[in-house]
Amino acid sequence: MMGLTQLAVHSIAAAWLDLPLQPPAASSIASSVDDVYYLLSGITIFFSVLIFSIIFYFMIKYRRRPGKTYEPETHTSLFLELSWTIIPSLICVVIFVWSSALYVRNSRPPANAREVFVIGKQWMWHIQHPEGPREINALHVPVGENIKLTMTSQDVIHGFYVPAFRVKKDVLPGHYTSIWFKANQVGTYHLFCSQYCGTNHSEMIGWIYVMSTTDYAAWLAEGEASESLAQQGAQLFTRLGCDSCHGAAASSAGPSLAGIYGKPQKMADGSTRVVDDSFLRQAVLTPSTVHVAGYPQIMPTFTGQVDEQQVLQLIAYVKSLGAQERTNGQ
Amino acid sequence: MSTTATVENFPNSSAEPQENYLNARYGVRSWLLTLDHKRIGLLYLGTITLMFVVGGIAATMMRLNLLEPQGTLVEPETYNKLFSTHGIVMVFFFLVPSIPATLGNFLIPLMIGARDVAFPRLNLLSWYIFVTGCLLMLYVVFTGGIDTGWTFYPPYSSSYAHTDVFLAAMAIFIAGFSSILTGMNFVVTIHKMRAPGMTWFRLPLFIWSMYATALIFVLGTPVIAVTLLLLGVEKLLHVGIFDPALGGDPVLFQHMFWFYSHPAVYIMILPSMGVISELITAFSRKRIFGYSFVAFSSLAIAVISFLVWGHHMFVSGQSVYAGLIFSVLSFLVAIPSAVKVFNWTATLYKGSISYEAPMLYALGFIGLFTIGGLTGLFLASLSTDVHLNGTYFVVAHFHYVMVGGAVMAYMGGLHYWWPKITGRLYPDLWARFAALIIFVGFNLTFFPQFVLGYLGMPRRYAMYPAEFQSLNVLSSAGASVLAVGYVIPLIYLIWSMKYGPVVGPNPFGTKGLEWTTQSPPPTENFLRTPIVTEEAYNYETAPEPEVVRV
Ligand code: HEC
Ligand code: HEM
Ligand SMILES: [Cu+2]
Ligand SMILES: [Cu+2]
Repeated sequence: MMGLTQLAVHSIAAAWLDLPLQPPAASSIASSVDDVYYLLSGITIFFSVLIFSIIFYFMIKYRRRPGKTYEPETHTSLFLELSWTIIPSLICVVIFVWSSALYVRNSRPPANAREVFVIGKQWMWHIQHPEGPREINALHVPVGENIKLTMTSQDVIHGFYVPAFRVKKDVLPGHYTSIWFKANQVGTYHLFCSQYCGTNHSEMIGWIYVMSTTDYAAWLAEGEASESLAQQGAQLFTRLGCDSCHGAAASSAGPSLAGIYGKPQKMADGSTRVVDDSFLRQAVLTPSTVHVAGYPQIMPTFTGQVDEQQVLQLIAYVKSLGAQERTNGQ
Repeated sequence: MSTTATVENFPNSSAEPQENYLNARYGVRSWLLTLDHKRIGLLYLGTITLMFVVGGIAATMMRLNLLEPQGTLVEPETYNKLFSTHGIVMVFFFLVPSIPATLGNFLIPLMIGARDVAFPRLNLLSWYIFVTGCLLMLYVVFTGGIDTGWTFYPPYSSSYAHTDVFLAAMAIFIAGFSSILTGMNFVVTIHKMRAPGMTWFRLPLFIWSMYATALIFVLGTPVIAVTLLLLGVEKLLHVGIFDPALGGDPVLFQHMFWFYSHPAVYIMILPSMGVISELITAFSRKRIFGYSFVAFSSLAIAVISFLVWGHHMFVSGQSVYAGLIFSVLSFLVAIPSAVKVFNWTATLYKGSISYEAPMLYALGFIGLFTIGGLTGLFLASLSTDVHLNGTYFVVAHFHYVMVGGAVMAYMGGLHYWWPKITGRLYPDLWARFAALIIFVGFNLTFFPQFVLGYLGMPRRYAMYPAEFQSLNVLSSAGASVLAVGYVIPLIYLIWSMKYGPVVGPNPFGTKGLEWTTQSPPPTENFLRTPIVTEEAYNYETAPEPEVVRV
């Protein structure tokens, strides 16, 4: 049914009207989302046509005629009522299960994804690659690789939307949200802001450049003249005086941060939390909300001293400490 | 509804009735201080018509602007104010009160055989409260505007917008009280004031749907009132409630907002479903098919509608599990709506169908509502919603439901009961022509938007990439047809108030207590309290139509 609807709709539009009808499908999930879309379109067309034809038929057959006398009528039928309750319900169950399974699968980023950071602000997108390059309203990614975006906003709510990839997520101030995708076609695709964010909302747009692996490596090399995110973070770590408490010395007032990323931590209230991006962000901006066990709560808040960009640098640095630890350990 | 009662209630059926609620008293004071539910209904009719014109002008300017990718008419800043004004005015100041406050006010006492609503003074107060809200909103619109969208999402609305968010929120807050009071009034009226013999299952379905709507008014409106109040508090006093910079949670606002605003969608559609049940039975001269299924599906919708708000937030970062639950509940709410469509269709079977203007609107409603409802499934389904949320697909979907559905039904109801309201008929040919124009114009305007949304065009865009232009031009062309369709009835309905042919008590020969009294009804509605002896829509005993065609 999907294939047929798709074919019919396309040939009509293409042949007679010359209208665009389908966005490019350039990610690993795009065509499976489209399958659900075309199934739903098929169902919509089927039921609309069914109901319209019945109505038209009745309209003609039972039009008022002079002299026609009143007919005793059937005005209820349990069989009909049940069938038109149950059949649509079953159809809904099928769509729900199919679509939800796809959604659940798509919402978990694969473990090996390459990470990129996104900061939305009125009215532009800041993109930060861990290797160092920064971009504005543009994101370069290699084809065929899993990319995970960790996103936050510096002001109001924005929405990161790439129609060609069929992905979208709100970008919230004060939180990290994330999406992932795997582009499977080299090309240039729209990036839109999908959550109204003020005057120039409609200009908060940009491009996603999907490049071949070699082109991407060249592009990255060009940009890598600058320091990597973790290196920038290391400098910040010293400049802000984090190292005075989190230094290597055993006498430090705070815990060592080496190797904590991705590991569970015991909190002062007895709970356990895994150290992830959100955890680190909280530790820097609102330390009172993540009090680790065994240490006095003396860490000052850095709200106001660091912006979202710098928080990301610090996170990248702490992460890199983790990586070092692991290689050292082996 | 026995034949004897019918005759007693309109002594002189051929000529214009001597005294009725319209000519019982004259003068502005007699209107502004009236306690008559029928006059109050007309006060609402006038008010919301003006608001519809305001919202319509904003829509026209938007569609004009979208003719070209860079915008033809206004700056983005102004465009943002236009869609915000349009959304707020159309939803809170037109569609929410539309059928309940006009037709509901006018018809509930007439249909249940009562003299008035339970609390006439409260009823008048509701209108004054509503007008206060309208005036405040218009003040905001004409002194700088509002640019938050009708959804008021913080922290944009609370900490970044430079427009008068506080006053606009207060305007809606105030208008909300009018809904709450009207809702309470209706619930009590329907419980307490039914005529002898008017049991619950003899009630016309319009009354059932008004009852369900009134419940949502009473239960849901306080939530939006509190939400907007909190927004105002944050805005004025800088208390952190929703803005993360102040320690608040912006997603909390979205939960609270949609907890009201999804049920509000049903405030807008349930009354229209009631109207459609009346129109379909009236013009096929048949009982409704599956009375109790239609009645209970209204209540089912009212209940479930309170549990699906999260489907507006599938991409807001809410958990996967919450997404799954809200998705399945949203599919669930689609079922009772489908049941209604099937029952209306089955009602036509073996009917004696005629095609006066109200019936054309009703049939148009079924068509457009079917498409609106089915496209809702795309948005209840998680993986497709991720792509379609926040795009023109959503704009098309809700216009199919709210304009193609609710406004079509409102127009149909207005045409059906117009002879009862004014005692005169409009030119039926023009009316049917307008219904057709509206149907065609509507589809031209909004169907291309489904495609635009699937292509990825986000909503609330003052400018857009060039490849979306052809579909936008198509949509704007349709909007001009639609505008003509709305202007025609405005003209002939006003014309008919003075020049339309006078009609008797029951021009369409239909059932229902409201048709057993004179047109327009006397101030006290019925000269003698009617006694109901049969179920609704018993067309076996219906009088012949006194066909009046112009
Ligand atoms: C005055 C000393 C002090 C300074 C300066 C300081 N911290 Fe801390 N930090 C602590 C203490 C003590 C703890 C443990 C108690 C707690 O969680 O509140 C801690 C906890 C943390 C944690 C959680 C560690 C874990 O094991 O889960 C992180 C991450 C962290 N700090 C990062 C930073 C960064 C980044 C900076 C610099 C911007 C910084 N800290 C500056 C004292 C400090
Ligand atoms: C009672 C009738 C109507 C109601 C209840 C209604 C409701 C709405 C709402 C709630 C919005 C969203 C505003 C927002 O995003 O904040 C909207 C947007 C819009 N409506 Fe309507 N509308 C109605 C009639 C119309 C008509 C007749 C037209 C056609 C000209 C129209 C054209 C638009 C347009 C162009 C948008 C803007 C879409 C965007 O930029 O996101 N509306 N409408
Ligand atoms: Cu935006
Ligand atoms: Cu909803």
